[in-house]
Amino acid sequence: MSRRVALEASHAAAEAARMADVDVISAYPITPQTHIPERLAEMVADGELNAAYIPVESEHSALSACLGAAAVGARTFTATAGQGLELMHEVVYVASSMRYPVVMTVCNRALSAPLSVWGDHSDAMAVRDIGWIQVFCQNNQEAFDLTLWAFRVGEDPKVLLPVMIHIDGFHLSHVTEPVILPEQEEVDRFLPRFHYPFALDPNRPMTHGAFGPPEIYSEAKLAQEVAFRNSKAVILRGWREFGDIFGRYYHPVEEYRTENAETLFLTMGSFTETAKIVIDARRGKGEAIGLISLRLWRPFPFEEFRRIVKDAKILIVFDRCISPGMGGPVFSEVRSALYDEEPRPKVVGLIGGLGGRDMSEKDFDYVISRGGEIAEKGSEKMLETVGIRGEMVGTGE
Amino acid sequence: MADKLTWKDMEVGNIVTEAGSASFRRTGDWRTERPILDKEKCIKCALCWIYCPDVAIKPSEGGYYEADLYYCKGCGICARICPAEAIMMTEEEEK
Amino acid sequence: MEEKFVRFGKNLVTTDEYLAAGHSFCIGCGEVLALRLACKALGKKVIIANATGCIEICTSPLPVTSWQVPWIHTLFENTAAEISGVEAGLKILMEKGRIPERDIKCVAIGGDGATSDIGLQALSGAFERNHNFLYLCFDNEAYMNTGIQRSSATPYGASTTTAPAGKFSIGQVTRKKNMVAIAAAHNIPYVATACPSYRFDLMKKVRKGAEIKGPAYVHILSPCPTGWRYGSNLTIEIGQLAVQTGIFPLYEIENGRYRLNADPPKLKPIGEYLKLQGRYRHLTGEQVQIIQEMVNGDYAALKEKVAAFPI
Repeated sequence: MSRRVALEASHAAAEAARMADVDVISAYPITPQTHIPERLAEMVADGELNAAYIPVESEHSALSACLGAAAVGARTFTATAGQGLELMHEVVYVASSMRYPVVMTVCNRALSAPLSVWGDHSDAMAVRDIGWIQVFCQNNQEAFDLTLWAFRVGEDPKVLLPVMIHIDGFHLSHVTEPVILPEQEEVDRFLPRFHYPFALDPNRPMTHGAFGPPEIYSEAKLAQEVAFRNSKAVILRGWREFGDIFGRYYHPVEEYRTENAETLFLTMGSFTETAKIVIDARRGKGEAIGLISLRLWRPFPFEEFRRIVKDAKILIVFDRCISPGMGGPVFSEVRSALYDEEPRPKVVGLIGGLGGRDMSEKDFDYVISRGGEIAEKGSEKMLETVGIRGEMVGTGE
Repeated sequence: MADKLTWKDMEVGNIVTEAGSASFRRTGDWRTERPILDKEKCIKCALCWIYCPDVAIKPSEGGYYEADLYYCKGCGICARICPAEAIMMTEEEEK
Repeated sequence: MEEKFVRFGKNLVTTDEYLAAGHSFCIGCGEVLALRLACKALGKKVIIANATGCIEICTSPLPVTSWQVPWIHTLFENTAAEISGVEAGLKILMEKGRIPERDIKCVAIGGDGATSDIGLQALSGAFERNHNFLYLCFDNEAYMNTGIQRSSATPYGASTTTAPAGKFSIGQVTRKKNMVAIAAAHNIPYVATACPSYRFDLMKKVRKGAEIKGPAYVHILSPCPTGWRYGSNLTIEIGQLAVQTGIFPLYEIENGRYRLNADPPKLKPIGEYLKLQGRYRHLTGEQVQIIQEMVNGDYAALKEKVAAFPI
């Protein structure tokens, strides 16, 4: 019997790793991720989970140990946030280019400086180019579900890629919500044993991590990119299989009340749920407005995204990160994804919710209104923001 | 050899599955000197074999140990440490 | 196929090679010689994690490899963390019955840069967590693979490209970081120094380290003709002089107990060792004397530690 339990997203993620019978956990604590390694340590100490728990001395070592464990065929899990994700930055590239299917939960946290333990998406946006499959969760159920799904997809012999699951720091990691936990038997049906075809083994000596001279590096990178793009098929199949067994179906782009929408509002992560309330209110007043959310962030879901937005007149993108000198990162990518499309909506972007700054319904209401204004009249401001005190000036360009 | 491979030829994760595959490389081309063994003097102590960094001295007929010129880089360690002074380093000739 | 051996008195050395010929180490390289010997001592039931450096570059040029045992390289400073994952992964997989139970020794290999500089944190962590692994530091006393830049293992007075001898500098102005003491300070069961010129001593120590069920550390001097600037045929001699002058003594620390493996009644003057190497060419007689006093002091301190544990 599946059961409904009150869980923080952190604990939901830990529970998913436990039900997936993870073999090796190698993690370093950092706010707001700490509840994940703490819960996992408890599980191991109490015998609820039979796993090797490596209390490493830094995040760089955390992911490095995961690579070693994956290389011998262990199912591996780790978690981090903000500065921790930054510290392992060179390692994340290696995880994907060496094709080790590590699963990692990131409790999205603002990047220093100034030091902030609170949530925004700057840590996630700093790792766009690392070659991991990446998804954003809106709620704790997804934090659980997508972790299980991540093992299934990452470890698939046609994929063999690491997967990153983004959950908002504090807004999800430390918030308790009801989560439906499945039966262990269902999980076992969904998730096959991990079989890594290139496991380090004295009986079949292989070399992992040879260096790439110029004559071969380009081919290696192209091969990696082809494999990464091709993972989409397994990503979708994984979600279908997940739905078939657990009853919840996930899609690369989530749509909310997008039928005949003239304006679409794009948000990522947990703030999506607050934004939905505003969409409901506006729909209630007769506005043709809908919401979309990118669940699949990498590989970028071009096909689904373009199809869903093509009939909208305005697309308002809300970013929780400033890409310095450039603007909102999701905004930039979305504009680029639509550049060649005909017809395409006018894309505008606003930034807010940085470093734990909360976004209320009123704030989202402002974003949507202001977004409409910008779409109509343009903007003189250097950046369009919400909830940041002080007048914003133009670029002078 | 590397410059003939296409991206499709790359193994997953660029893993090299064939052990010791670098052994086709003729490091003997690096040499400017080669070791010549005087079997009369050789006491078959195998010091040259064990001290060769390049795995370029191999056991040969009659219990001797002789340079494998395919690999020998001509470092001269064998000649230097031979207790019987049975190995002489001789300049490679221009071909 | 039956394994073959070469007999040296009471020592049997396998003819198996775990590193194929055709590798691209420099002519006369002491590091690959030490590695070759270490591999013979380790056998084939190993998994080796290797840091970026001379060994990694010279043995693994895509699309081929010199390695004939399972081997992994990811980055420069994380080898000890990587091997921690390998070790923990193997252990739990065997415990869970996912892979057959058998003896596989986890070995981590790094140069002096990877060990005492950029990788020191990871190594300290792996020691503290008490993983069952052997760490071999191949110390050629600088960042040789990238062109002879100084490391914390570069000895006082040696010239490197980032601490070169010049009008206003003696070269390395700091003293060699004592990695052996740092390893021992973690209270690990076995720590040792070794040198390829002393082939059986090296192999015995590597074997001993491999048999420990816990962390073990062997620090191996790796004479480098390219970086130390000496004729390629002198590698064995230079290694011998390093030991005979006392600048690189051969000793073991077993569960905190110091034992000197070679204690010549009179140490050779350090000048005999220094004069063979271009990296010390700039030293004045006075400076050589300063180094002699440092060597004397260090050796005396070592002997005190040994004396604390009478046989």
